[in-house]
Amino acid sequence: MKKTKTRINGNNMLLLITIVLFVVMYIGGCIVYADKGFARLQTFFNILINNAGLICIASGMTCVMLTGGIDISVGSLVAMDCMILAAGIEQWGWSSPALMLFILLVGVVFGFVQGFCIAYLDIQPFIVTMAGMFFARGMTAVISTQQISIVSDKLFTTLAGFQLKMPFGGTLNRKGIMQFPYLRVTVIVALVVVVLVFLMLRYTRFGRSIYAIGGNQQSATLMGLDVKKTKLKVYMLASFLTSIGGICYCLNTMAGTTQQALGLEMNAISSAVIGGTLLTGGVGNVFGSLVGVLINGTISTLVQTNGKLISSWSNIITAILLCFFIVLQSIFARIKDSKK
Amino acid sequence: MLEAGVVLKAQGICMTFPGVKALDNAGLTLKKGEIRALMGENGAGKSTMIKCLTGVNKFEAGEIYLEGFDGPIVNKDTMDAQQKGIATVYQEVNLCPNLSVAENLYIGREPLTKLGTVNRKAMNKKAAALMKELELDVDVTKNLEDYSLALQQMVAIARAVDMDSKVLILDEPTSSLDDREVEKLFSMMRKLKAKGVGIIFVTHFLEQVYAVCDGITVFRNGHLVGEYEVEELPRVKLVAAMMGKDFDDLASIKKEGSGDKRNEPLVIEAKGLSHAGTIKPFDLDIHKGEVIGLTGLLGSGRSELARAIYGADRAQTGTLKVNGKEVKIKNPIDAMNLGMGLLPDDRKAEGIIADLSVRENIILAVQAKLGILHRIPMAKQCEIADKFIELLQIKTASRETLVKQLSGGNQQKVILARWLATDPDFLILDEPTRGIDIGTKTEIQKLVLKLADEGKSLIFISSEIEEMLRTCNRMAVLRDGAKVGEIEEHDMNQMNVMKAIAGGDRNE
Amino acid sequence: MSSIKKLTQKRLFLPVFSMILVMLINVIYDAATGNAALSFFTVSIRNGVLYGRLVDILNRGTEAAILAIGMTLVVSSSAGTDISVGSVMSLYGGMCCMLLAGFGNVNVSSYAVPLIVGIGAGLLTACACGLFNGFLVAYMNIQPMVATLILWSAGRAIGLLLCNSQIVYVRVPSFQKIGGYVGFIPTPIIVAAACILVAALVLRLTALGTYIQSVGINKRASRIAGFNSAKIILLCYVICGLCAGLAGMVATSRIYSADTNNIGLNMELDAILAVALGGNSLGGGKFNLAGSIIGAYTIQAIDTTLLSLGVSTAQSPVFKAVIVILIVVIQSEPMKDFFKKMSKKKAAVKGAA
Repeated sequence: MKKTKTRINGNNMLLLITIVLFVVMYIGGCIVYADKGFARLQTFFNILINNAGLICIASGMTCVMLTGGIDISVGSLVAMDCMILAAGIEQWGWSSPALMLFILLVGVVFGFVQGFCIAYLDIQPFIVTMAGMFFARGMTAVISTQQISIVSDKLFTTLAGFQLKMPFGGTLNRKGIMQFPYLRVTVIVALVVVVLVFLMLRYTRFGRSIYAIGGNQQSATLMGLDVKKTKLKVYMLASFLTSIGGICYCLNTMAGTTQQALGLEMNAISSAVIGGTLLTGGVGNVFGSLVGVLINGTISTLVQTNGKLISSWSNIITAILLCFFIVLQSIFARIKDSKK
Repeated sequence: MLEAGVVLKAQGICMTFPGVKALDNAGLTLKKGEIRALMGENGAGKSTMIKCLTGVNKFEAGEIYLEGFDGPIVNKDTMDAQQKGIATVYQEVNLCPNLSVAENLYIGREPLTKLGTVNRKAMNKKAAALMKELELDVDVTKNLEDYSLALQQMVAIARAVDMDSKVLILDEPTSSLDDREVEKLFSMMRKLKAKGVGIIFVTHFLEQVYAVCDGITVFRNGHLVGEYEVEELPRVKLVAAMMGKDFDDLASIKKEGSGDKRNEPLVIEAKGLSHAGTIKPFDLDIHKGEVIGLTGLLGSGRSELARAIYGADRAQTGTLKVNGKEVKIKNPIDAMNLGMGLLPDDRKAEGIIADLSVRENIILAVQAKLGILHRIPMAKQCEIADKFIELLQIKTASRETLVKQLSGGNQQKVILARWLATDPDFLILDEPTRGIDIGTKTEIQKLVLKLADEGKSLIFISSEIEEMLRTCNRMAVLRDGAKVGEIEEHDMNQMNVMKAIAGGDRNE
Repeated sequence: MSSIKKLTQKRLFLPVFSMILVMLINVIYDAATGNAALSFFTVSIRNGVLYGRLVDILNRGTEAAILAIGMTLVVSSSAGTDISVGSVMSLYGGMCCMLLAGFGNVNVSSYAVPLIVGIGAGLLTACACGLFNGFLVAYMNIQPMVATLILWSAGRAIGLLLCNSQIVYVRVPSFQKIGGYVGFIPTPIIVAAACILVAALVLRLTALGTYIQSVGINKRASRIAGFNSAKIILLCYVICGLCAGLAGMVATSRIYSADTNNIGLNMELDAILAVALGGNSLGGGKFNLAGSIIGAYTIQAIDTTLLSLGVSTAQSPVFKAVIVILIVVIQSEPMKDFFKKMSKKKAAVKGAA
């Protein structure tokens, strides 16, 4: 009897709504904008390519949010990463592999400082990461206030330009040449990150501790988990993944500017929330966040494809969706409370 | 050292909190395979004792012996206590609702695979076996929150048992369970008892004590009153032990013949008021100038009844008439505008605004009645504050002292002043004398009588029967979340009240 | 020793101390670079208007000071911060300039609607934003920072939408007046003074202060004592929205245009920093408006000083972030415990000796 009962509760419901929303939105786009080539496989791939960095960042954000915290420094950190890469290649003359390692290290250290303040000094995550956000944005300007384009590093430009052709789904272009859809390296990195984070969350003690802390921090402490250490590690992980995302982001933009990745934290947070991660922690998974990113990407692609709408529409629609899901979460939480 | 068959023994435990001696030479003995109830009213020291046993509190004197250890043990924290074999399950389930049952049982000590990852299969298998052994019908892969509170409670117990606990402390595990769930919990307790686990059971429900316990340990005011076998302590005696019969030498302060107020006009008429989960529908009439005592054990619904009238917990059914007119009270402010006031029992959480001054705390309710736009002028505020500091003899450095710096008794007087300043017609005092010194207690009792003389009606709630006998015109008795009767003044004496509180004719 | 302790425990110690510190740095820097040591404090009249670094700080600090008023109340009542204020400023600009210029026009030299309509609509929009935030926080029980995150992102986007993604210039002298001068005094200083005066009067004449602090310190006890916590919190957010609108009014008028991408950018940090620097706990409860306002001007003084030291505005967030972290770290419970232990140890050493 119990086994036949479906397991749809409020939490799965959120994810279900999200997936349905994505499918409806995408199919709707395919029908409405069929003449503009929305239905081509490459359009879908482009969403992935454009958001590869965001997928990594959202994975990290999901982990943080699962503990009931938040990290709004990620956008600025990405800007700083890009600037370090750009300045490193063009001005300091470093090699790109060394720079990438350096950036990952910067991410871990950055996350350590933030995580320490949050876990061991008990300061609200929002305040700490807000300071982190301004610090990173300011540091970007300290490195350089000019836009620097990356042109001179061979490896980096090759990586950025590499196309992973698919052997199927090709379409003929205007000249009648077969064009196969392609992916980029960044997409592979992003998908690997998602899978690894998923496995980490599900099959390691660290991962399960993250859920436990989000479920009930006091209980987690009583059950003998090291809550502080886990929190510290989560913020380090988030900044590390953000740095990976920063490299992916830079491979797309091939430049460093102070104004880069403005509001990216918002995209990451809304992706996670839309993907079913509870703001109060404890519920959610990174595949949901992936779908969330895809929804965000689809919205901006739809706005772009329309051509008549100005770009801020995609921000507004995302914010409305975010608002909708936040309120929905609040209502579900209230229903759950009243049942008890 | 421990006598044969004893699993846990605490003796001579002393523990002081700032200003209060929470435990004074208290102790407890638990035998193997015994379920022992730990009973006592508010401030008796039950929870302090439990915290001492589990390593949360560091006590000043005394020893705790545990089977298997030579000499007294010292628990650094709850984890340490758990590893030694003393596990605790609290009223609020201390598990993670968003994890599966199996994970809740094994988190932090999950079986691992060769790769160092969590072996979910093995974990689920172990969990299922454990559940089967305890005869619980649970799908261990489902989330904990999908199950009832009772089952969650039992999973918490299962976790404790699986960690090879010798002593299991159940701290009010039944307060949010219904009868059927309680019965399930009891059968599990009996099973554990058969396995030789010693259980300390804290509850407010007398019914449950006699249903499942072998022995009873009673605390009062931080002292050990006695340790009894359940057969030698019938209900009335238990209540007497808990509430104490020691008359203090204060002369009776109540005037003779002030009793019958039933010819006075009705101030409050409640019909069928209730609040889901806390108080079942009740009727209550209160006349002008009358002091009604609400009596019953902690958790019997005595506070909840008063709160339903005041709108602190909005009444969900029934009607309320104030001065003959039917009214709807949604929020406390509605009740206040009808001339009511409530001094809540939890002074810290619902009484004082800790970081505000004595003056601000006193004028708060008056200000709330006036509304945000009509600020009481500073001079007037000082006047009100000074008046009540003088009237109630509040000991404070100045009226601008922060209320959190005052002693408990003086904080209580500040809240009392807050309500008196609004000149209420009907005042509810929920445990106004708890945790304050004997002198202040008498002052407050005298004040209650004075207010009644002035024609105000009061509800007076206290854990001390003596106190109520001295102040009340009539008493309403509550048991297990329902009003079960009233006692008229001429019937009011220790014995009758205790009998009424204890209820039931078994064990008499 | 004890007198120093008394001084540091005074409510205005932190903001006044930091203000003096910044001034000292200026004096030393001026002296070191060969300027007149007190040039920081010199006020003169050039081209018929007040001139000097002090005047500049008072002028430029207007937005932060106005925001600090609203932010203080929000922090006190809900133990959280409203991070949408910068976006709301920008939204005010978009709304006001769109109406004044007429939708779609980019550069006008006459009003499409009377000035007062534009300003009124802008302020109303800002209040509506506050209402939205307040509703989510007070009635939907959403953490303040998350609730305000929505408008933090959407506010600017809506402003951009209203301006059709362009910078709308309103080149009318009366529009520029608010960001310009009245006589020889910069108008923003007057606006700030007016806002501070109104806030002070409201707190003096109504019981708002008591209500907010009471709710911020103990919600449940406040309810029993007859306060409606949700309404108070809602009111605080609406006031905060209004303040953001007023700050937006000044900012927009200064550049007589709706540059929605840049108006109020990063202002939320300044406002929160002002509150923290003012000696207020970000955990809610008691508040000190005077402290927040001094804090706001201190931040502007820091900005101005950094600028004169050759640090660009894009770089200054680094320093502010460090200051925020230092303040909250010092205020944090574990650090307080640590300090207490240290002073106890010291006392023990003294006692032993």
